[in-house]
Amino acid sequence: MTTLEPKSKRKTYGAIIGILIVFGLIVLLENLHKIIPGVPDILYPTSVLFTVLKKAAVYSLVAVSMNLLNGFTGLFSLGQAGFMLLGAYTYAILMVPGDSREQVYYLYGGSAIKQSIQDLLNSVFGKDGGGGAVSLILSVIIAILIAGCIAAVFAWLIGFPVLRLKSDYLAIATLGFAEILGAVFKWQKLGKITNGANMIKNFPNFSAFNIKNSQTGETMVYLSTLVPFIVATVCIIFIVLLVNSTYGRAFKAIRDDEIAAEAMGINLSKHKRLSFVVSSFFAGISGALFAMYVSNAQAKVFTTTLTYEILLIVVIGGIGSISGSIIATFLYVSCSEWWLRFLDEETFIGTTKVPLLKNGFRMVVFSVVIMIVVLFFRKGIMGTKEIGDLHPIKALKAKKAKKSAIKAKDGAK
Amino acid sequence: MNYLISIVLSGISVGGQYALIAIGYTMVYGILRLINFAHGDVFMVAGLMCIYISASMPMYITIPLVLILTVALGFFIERAAYKPLRAAPRMSVMISAIGVSYLLQNLATYVTGGQPMTYPFEKLSFLTRTVNIAGTPTKTVVIITPVLVILLVVLLTLLINHTKIGMAMRAVSKDFETSRLMGIKINSVISVTFVIGSLLAAVGSVLYFSTYTAVTPTIGALPGLKAFVAAVFGGIGSIPGAVIGAFIIGICETVIKALPSAWDVSVFSDAFTFALLIIILIFKPTGLFGEKTAEKV
Amino acid sequence: MKKFSALVLAVLMCVSCLAGCGSSNKTEDGNSEKVIRIGVFEPSTGDSASGGKKETLGVQYANSKTPTVTINGEEYKVELEIVDNGSSTDKAPTAASQLVSKGVAMVLGSYGSGVSMAAGPIFDEAGLCALGITCTNPNVTAGNDYYNRICFLDDFQADVLASFAMEKLSAKVAYCLGENGNEYDQGLISYFTKVFEAAGGKVITDSFPTNNSDFSSYLNKAKNEKADVIFTPVSIAYATQIVTQADSLGIEAAILGSDTLDDNKVLAAAKGTSLKLYVSTFYQEGGSEEFDKGIKEYINSNADAKTANGGDDVISAVTAMGYDAYYVALEAIKAANSADKGAIKKALGTVKYTGVSGDISFDEQGDAIRDTAYIKTINTADGVWQLETVQTGSSK
Repeated sequence: MTTLEPKSKRKTYGAIIGILIVFGLIVLLENLHKIIPGVPDILYPTSVLFTVLKKAAVYSLVAVSMNLLNGFTGLFSLGQAGFMLLGAYTYAILMVPGDSREQVYYLYGGSAIKQSIQDLLNSVFGKDGGGGAVSLILSVIIAILIAGCIAAVFAWLIGFPVLRLKSDYLAIATLGFAEILGAVFKWQKLGKITNGANMIKNFPNFSAFNIKNSQTGETMVYLSTLVPFIVATVCIIFIVLLVNSTYGRAFKAIRDDEIAAEAMGINLSKHKRLSFVVSSFFAGISGALFAMYVSNAQAKVFTTTLTYEILLIVVIGGIGSISGSIIATFLYVSCSEWWLRFLDEETFIGTTKVPLLKNGFRMVVFSVVIMIVVLFFRKGIMGTKEIGDLHPIKALKAKKAKKSAIKAKDGAK
Repeated sequence: MNYLISIVLSGISVGGQYALIAIGYTMVYGILRLINFAHGDVFMVAGLMCIYISASMPMYITIPLVLILTVALGFFIERAAYKPLRAAPRMSVMISAIGVSYLLQNLATYVTGGQPMTYPFEKLSFLTRTVNIAGTPTKTVVIITPVLVILLVVLLTLLINHTKIGMAMRAVSKDFETSRLMGIKINSVISVTFVIGSLLAAVGSVLYFSTYTAVTPTIGALPGLKAFVAAVFGGIGSIPGAVIGAFIIGICETVIKALPSAWDVSVFSDAFTFALLIIILIFKPTGLFGEKTAEKV
Repeated sequence: MKKFSALVLAVLMCVSCLAGCGSSNKTEDGNSEKVIRIGVFEPSTGDSASGGKKETLGVQYANSKTPTVTINGEEYKVELEIVDNGSSTDKAPTAASQLVSKGVAMVLGSYGSGVSMAAGPIFDEAGLCALGITCTNPNVTAGNDYYNRICFLDDFQADVLASFAMEKLSAKVAYCLGENGNEYDQGLISYFTKVFEAAGGKVITDSFPTNNSDFSSYLNKAKNEKADVIFTPVSIAYATQIVTQADSLGIEAAILGSDTLDDNKVLAAAKGTSLKLYVSTFYQEGGSEEFDKGIKEYINSNADAKTANGGDDVISAVTAMGYDAYYVALEAIKAANSADKGAIKKALGTVKYTGVSGDISFDEQGDAIRDTAYIKTINTADGVWQLETVQTGSSK
């Protein structure tokens, strides 16, 4: 990665500009109602559009992290929900303000940890204005990083025994660890830290980043959707760099043929563990983002079903394609949470009731679509390609080249 | 004393029900090397079918009908969701199994409207009658289950060891490709496996739900996973192993739940099952009775 | 071919998206009629679907009875926007913002405190107020001004049940059983323990893992510890399991439940057994003749309503609460005399209303001021609920 060729340099600049444009668009979109009054309801910051965008940003990170493991290293792990749980709880425990801990931990007479990171930083930078903003941003970054680290450390520990297992045994063992983690975090005896069955809440969520007028309390600039996008983008860029590095090539070699990879001098256990730890680190971060998105942390959400959902996203996007995972996340989340909701409502055309439409139908249709993808479009949306590979002219050229190659081959026969 | 007996009894009953599901798991895994995540959901669907059919039919028609329909469902799932992926990597098949499980659960939510359904246990009076064993009241199903399980194990062992299809099954589980070359119809062997597995799941569902009467869309997931653990514990592919594993897990679980409340460890009864799985996988991956096979490259 | 199929897939998804958009942008119903929308934020899938549907039923019935409200001398049609929060906190935010997008003036719900807490910040940002119907966790309304509720709280309910167990059942030993990781169960149990132990009783507590089916070990333990009452404030599916298994084990101790057990599934499970089952609840059939008759007619005349009610016409307390919540919402709209969400939010706290479940008014926290709960028992021979007593708390 040290010497960029001019072509890939151009590509990198293109990507950076593209990302910045997306960020700009998001900020513009969320604040449009401030500039032009009377925009449709959908453009107000509390509308379903922005909630879906936030959720998709959070899920895209965890999907990409799962893809790093399943798609690029060929390790079939089903422990994603467990690592998200660790991240979510770490973030929540560290970020509940000291003065609302009594309320949040009401069943246990207060929390074992008395202050949040933000409280500590507030005492350095001050509480209001610029200082408050600095301490908020810094503390959230620190908490998110710690959340990732805790998940990574846990992954490193369980990696010793678990990564010796092969494909489906690995899947079921990681799934088992996630279940055990869930049971531990729900345990009443740890209530002083984890708040037992109760949810931890009142910590800063995405809306805390909206810039408010300190006098009127009115929001001036909405940034709540931008925050998950920034965090997810930074993390995904890191994953992309990793995948394109020598480590990434080693991962792919392990995926394609373990024995050949070992023969080539790749240290299997080291690379597998690296991939597992990095993937869990980002799953932990996305867990922290998830906690911010739902404004609470509660162990009962992080079920096997959540892992399955993420796995299906990865499959739809194409196992081994990062941009595929991202596209699939946005499609999946918007379909299941927004566009297909009409399937749940009883609808009348004229006076006749549309058959089948009632509660739960949305998920049935949805799972049928997933089965169709799994069975008939096994490569998913992107296969193992990335969005950059889909350059229309280049693709045409490649096709021509392929055709002529075949022709040449036929001719040779 | 009564307390002890009642704990052991419920452990045996739970274990027996896991055993019936575990046999299906272990057979499918033995042949296809596929963790059939949908197996637990087939079990749940069998329970739901019984509820809906028994609403309009007497029990002596309902139960055979449920058995037939469940078998048909298992057969259909294999043909529709696993057969097209026979040449695909193992991961794809497993994902397909997860997809089927997701579909069955969502379908069940749609049909039941999300309400927990009550199993028509009072119509199955021969299973739910209360009897006394050493002064401890219990249901007849608790005694019937282990007997039935042992009977089925004997029958299945006979089938596998002394019939032509059984021989084919053993051959396929040893070496998929070679047995195909030897002229064994792989697809029909696999179908038979699924038919037997689903049949046992249906029988299991009758026994299970006449004791635990609420049927919810997600009820199959956990017994399914535990049955898989039992199958691994006993050694994948070994039917007696799966049964013994299931009984051990069932009894351990009930004992953990019965530990003193002051320790507050009963919440870890499920976690224990998974911990056991991980320990077994690490120290003795072939399970108690599993054959040692060289990992195919 | 591969590319073609990917294209087909993408097109399919786009089409479904357009179809979705088409239906979500519902057109206004002409200009002649003014419409005010009330959001119903309830689970219709997931663990608490059963309760959520019954609660929605009450709201729908009330809406069918009083479909209009007068604001400033103008008649407004009240439209319900019902959305499914899937009983899960990860689905709740999108469901909540769906309501916001539909332009509702206020929100009713949800059954289950967790989803209410997860959706709260979204309602807050949109400037909406929410009226909890049966979410009893203290943290729903604590520390915010957007959530109010018409039900009593966990601590009160647990207090009532503990007092009832001590006074009426003269219990000395209580066995508490709840689901691990469920804030509702564990909250009630810890309050119950506090009150019961303060009054000199002995409490043994256990939790079972999620999706557990075998309760015989726990019930045997209760039997072995010679518990006088078994307190299980669990969700409906677990409750039916516990009831049938307690029967087959010949449990003699009284089973004590919270408002979730007030459900016809539990009733059906307990019918024909010899159990003693007591539940605390918000409403008892017979409290209002007119409401009872009306809702039964409504349920029986409408197949969907009957399915939602679990297949029969036994009235659940949550249905009565849903009915009351709708009228409280109408009162708030009338008091605000405006269809504006901000005005309604301001007015809601001041509403006083006498509903079928009793007098409703709010304290400064936004919680309903209630000092009584109904305790009812099951007549196991006939399979019907009977009012046992009207119980007040121990200290308050």
